[in-house]
Amino acid sequence: MKRQRAAACDSRPSINVDRRTFIGTMACAGAGMSFGALAQPPPPAAAPVQAQRATITLHVNGVAHELDLEPRVTLLDALRDRIGLHGTKKGCDRGQCGACTVLVDGRRINSCLTLAVMHDQQAITTVEGLAVNAEPSALQSAFMDFDAFQCGFCTPGQLCSAVAMIDEARAGAASAVTADIKAESNPGTISDADIRERMSGNICRCGAYPNIVAAIRHASARTG
Amino acid sequence: MIAFDYARPTTIDSALAAAANTQARFIGGGTNLLDLMKGSVEQPALLIDVNHLDISAVEELPDGGLRIGAGARNSDVANHRLVRERYPLLTRALLAGASPQLRNMATVGGNLMQRTRCDYFVDTGFARCNKRLPGSGCAARDGHNHLHAILGASDQCVAVNPSDMSVALLALAATVNVRGVGGDRRIAMADFHRLPEDHPERDTNLKPGELIVSVDLPSPRFAQNYHYLKVRERASFAFALVAVAVGLDIDESGRVREAGIALGGVAHKPWLARDAATLLTGKSAHDADLDAVAAAALSGAQPLSRNAYKIPMAKNAVVRAIKIAMEA
Repeated sequence: MKRQRAAACDSRPSINVDRRTFIGTMACAGAGMSFGALAQPPPPAAAPVQAQRATITLHVNGVAHELDLEPRVTLLDALRDRIGLHGTKKGCDRGQCGACTVLVDGRRINSCLTLAVMHDQQAITTVEGLAVNAEPSALQSAFMDFDAFQCGFCTPGQLCSAVAMIDEARAGAASAVTADIKAESNPGTISDADIRERMSGNICRCGAYPNIVAAIRHASARTG
Repeated sequence: MIAFDYARPTTIDSALAAAANTQARFIGGGTNLLDLMKGSVEQPALLIDVNHLDISAVEELPDGGLRIGAGARNSDVANHRLVRERYPLLTRALLAGASPQLRNMATVGGNLMQRTRCDYFVDTGFARCNKRLPGSGCAARDGHNHLHAILGASDQCVAVNPSDMSVALLALAATVNVRGVGGDRRIAMADFHRLPEDHPERDTNLKPGELIVSVDLPSPRFAQNYHYLKVRERASFAFALVAVAVGLDIDESGRVREAGIALGGVAHKPWLARDAATLLTGKSAHDADLDAVAAAALSGAQPLSRNAYKIPMAKNAVVRAIKIAMEA
């Protein structure tokens, strides 16, 4: 056990874990357990008694945030509960709805299914970072113009996803509805069927899909 | 989630050393593992982040094949120029799986290791699941099993492997390269995943502590005549009811020189339809008996109480996928 922990710690070059605090609190927790052991269910074999902590830096919408947190904190919870950016929404929290979609180094991901510690020093864009010079972006304006939401809960995720979706399509990335996989594809316009497929990771419980597709179609054509 | 330790090794050796902890798990994209940890199905004491091991490259092999790093993202593999040109069947299968966000996160190694979506496995509210709690029984066998196995199941487990990528890799005869403290091993895709038998808690033939480092694709094959057909309950972002990967090498006279046929959504592992491929070999679109080929692919199929529909569905999917592949 001791040797395994040492191996794990030695291989952690850029994560700043305060080992003194870690070992110190381990000892305290161990002492506490000897008094309360009977009242507590046994922990899983080899599970950490005291949570490890790490210090990381997230660059969110161009601002560096240094955070001290446990490894189990998801990127979503770090953004909302530690940094205080509540635009990114927690929908299902299981990677099924897309409400938590953010961009990490320009790529869209589900922030609920990744750990904040896995994104040390990376650049994250949330819905709060989409505006241009404090004005809504063309895509955000299109969402308003085309009434692409009702309750709006899924909208931050839809917007972040659509930003990346348009970039991916322009870069020639194929989707499941791309006719010829082997050909270099760089469509001038993105078909509605393609928008729907490429946005399939974002669920809208209000069913505003026709207007979401229209807004993305409009924004991708206007800025393209 | 319960508390756990986190390690971020930068060398494979240090990752393997950390994995000596039997309560450790490697984490790539985390899309399956963190989901299971939130549901308390997985409770690792240590997560070993493999995203800094420099195992994400896609490289050409001397025979014209490709070596795909285990850390490569599903979206990057699907859209890699050489994969699209030489193994479009793999691109199709990858793009049929999950959502764009998940594909941006999920790694090739993680996809190979993803666990079943059987409701009785992923929900700890159910007391019986031999895969989650060995010896506890199987609630699916007499429960809501319309999504479950029709081939290769055991009394212990009727779960299916959910991967699309693995079905294509099997049809393409890929090889998985793994490394452990004892050295390197090469495992054929057909031998990588296992049937449940009496040990459904084991999904693969990996040994404890071994790490997938890459997947090799043999020299370019099935780049012209191929099809990935996924049948599901909605148009996108859903697991397969059944899926079929077909790759054909067709000669100048229109006859099948070699065929790779694999099925997904039907068994505890991606299912290689060897006999069906043999039956198709030497045949053309004019004289191939596709019903017989489909029957061979589903040979030995045993329905559960609610999934008999899968047998004709899978047969029809095999016939249709071969027809489309032949016409391409």
